[in-house]
Amino acid sequence: MSLDKEKIKHVAKLARISVDEAKVDSLTKDLNSIFKFIEQLNELNTDKVEPLTSILNQSLRSRKDEIRDGKIREKILKNSPKENEEFFVVPKVVE
Amino acid sequence: MSKEKFDYFIKGDKGKYEVVIGLEVHAQVLSKSKLFSGSSTKFGADPNNQVSLIDSAFPGMLPVINEECIKQAVRTGLGLNAKINNYSVFDRKNYFYADLPQGYQISQYKHPIVGEGKVLLDMPYGSKEIGIERLHLEQDAGKSIHDMDPTNTYVDLNRSGIALMEIVSKPDLRSPDEVNAYIKKLRSIMRYLGTCDGNMQEGSLRADVNVSVRKEGDKNFGTRCEIKNVNSIKFMQMAIEYEATRQVELIENGKEIDQETRLFDTKKNETRSMRSKEDAHDYRYFPDPDLLPLKLEQKLIDELKKSLPELPDKKKERFMKEYGLNAYEANVLVSEKEISDYYEEVAKLSDKKLAATWMMGDLFAMLNDKGLDISKSPISTKHFAELVQSIKSGEISGRIAKEVFEIMLETGDNPKKIIESKGLKQQSDPKELEKMINEILSKNKDKVDQYKSGKDKLFGFFVGQVMKSSGGKANPQLTNEILKKLLKG
Repeated sequence: MSLDKEKIKHVAKLARISVDEAKVDSLTKDLNSIFKFIEQLNELNTDKVEPLTSILNQSLRSRKDEIRDGKIREKILKNSPKENEEFFVVPKVVE
Repeated sequence: MSKEKFDYFIKGDKGKYEVVIGLEVHAQVLSKSKLFSGSSTKFGADPNNQVSLIDSAFPGMLPVINEECIKQAVRTGLGLNAKINNYSVFDRKNYFYADLPQGYQISQYKHPIVGEGKVLLDMPYGSKEIGIERLHLEQDAGKSIHDMDPTNTYVDLNRSGIALMEIVSKPDLRSPDEVNAYIKKLRSIMRYLGTCDGNMQEGSLRADVNVSVRKEGDKNFGTRCEIKNVNSIKFMQMAIEYEATRQVELIENGKEIDQETRLFDTKKNETRSMRSKEDAHDYRYFPDPDLLPLKLEQKLIDELKKSLPELPDKKKERFMKEYGLNAYEANVLVSEKEISDYYEEVAKLSDKKLAATWMMGDLFAMLNDKGLDISKSPISTKHFAELVQSIKSGEISGRIAKEVFEIMLETGDNPKKIIESKGLKQQSDPKELEKMINEILSKNKDKVDQYKSGKDKLFGFFVGQVMKSSGGKANPQLTNEILKKLLKG
């Protein structure tokens, strides 16, 4: 797999990372060499190997259905870009 | 009963087009707390008061799954006759939006908790099976409010992280009516199971609608458009109708249909392209590293299966067999669990067929009129059964029963008491009736003569007179018999 400049720009846009046009070339080169390194793994035949989803030999931990959190609005809203007692306030996003 | 034929096509200049519809229904799981956090799921709380550090995606917080949500998904899967997967995986679906603080939604992609199933619909043209592709668990997003401020959007995260079941149908639906029947059936099944309250006003049940069209008889599907987040059956039906017509027009004008996401504008009654979603389908799913795969023990699945209540399809069959109801009556009476419970209690105490007729008539009309659920019915099952029995035994006529019903509503008294205290008992003593009828006939000698000379229509006049002088209490059948007998002589 190799990445072209368009793909780099697309992925950056999806991840909301602004990429300097001047840096796109060197980024493409860097990322392609990283991919090349990773792709060495494809040399191994893994047809009969189940994908490993976790190195922990455990099953998913679950909890009981109880209300034991919330009611910390003040704390939560400290991260709002604009101040408001009840809501997060963000620049208008509407269709 | 003769069956109608399926007939829903969009007519173009160049022929008839079949509409192909698939639904992605988002059903909110009934649970006290959220899918991965201990915040409450209760509807209508103060904004942002049911939000934990997990729901607002503070760094370093770890999700822990709610075991009840897992069980609810399994129950729903079983209710949809679906395959339950012993192994499923949670993935991250990545996109940016103000009401999604994590920057990704935890969902299930390649390995959903529930696989293929099916739902049976009763249509006027026969029963139809709709395939279920899958059901998976995922988090709901927060709510954006756009109309509180001209330049800002307000975000309430109370809904953020509540468990949803996304139920994906196969593209088996062919008309707005089938969509209506499908949503109602899903809702009914989930309400029986207690896994989703199905409240569309509160957003507990919403759907994305996939629509495409093809010339009648074509085997291949057309290009589809997805209409996002429609929250009422009526709007779904309007959106489908509009979208299918739009696509047919494009085809007939030799234009291409773009596969895209559209939104339904309820004010203008049209669908519109959502340009901002162009990139959004690139969700870059990958397994959530915070969550291990979910392994379900067969024992748990079997236990849940055993504890399932009787579901609408089974109950309908039983109602027809046990109570002698026809398919239509059975269908109506099993549509809601509470309705079927009410009916069964009444049927235990009274005539089964008559109970069904009176429930679907006067009781439903009254509840509808008052905007009440049957669980809040002002008339108890015991009183209603007494009323039905009074009709059945001939103690009161159907007409008087309506009167008694009204008084029951006003006073809350039992029908026996009302019938006695108001002297509403039907006059069924043949001797007394005959006496009364004789009096009426002798007072109307001229009419009797006219009747005898061939004016048959006057029979109704005599019946009317009997009813009038008995205050509506004369047994109608007996009145007819006696009148005929006396008028002959």
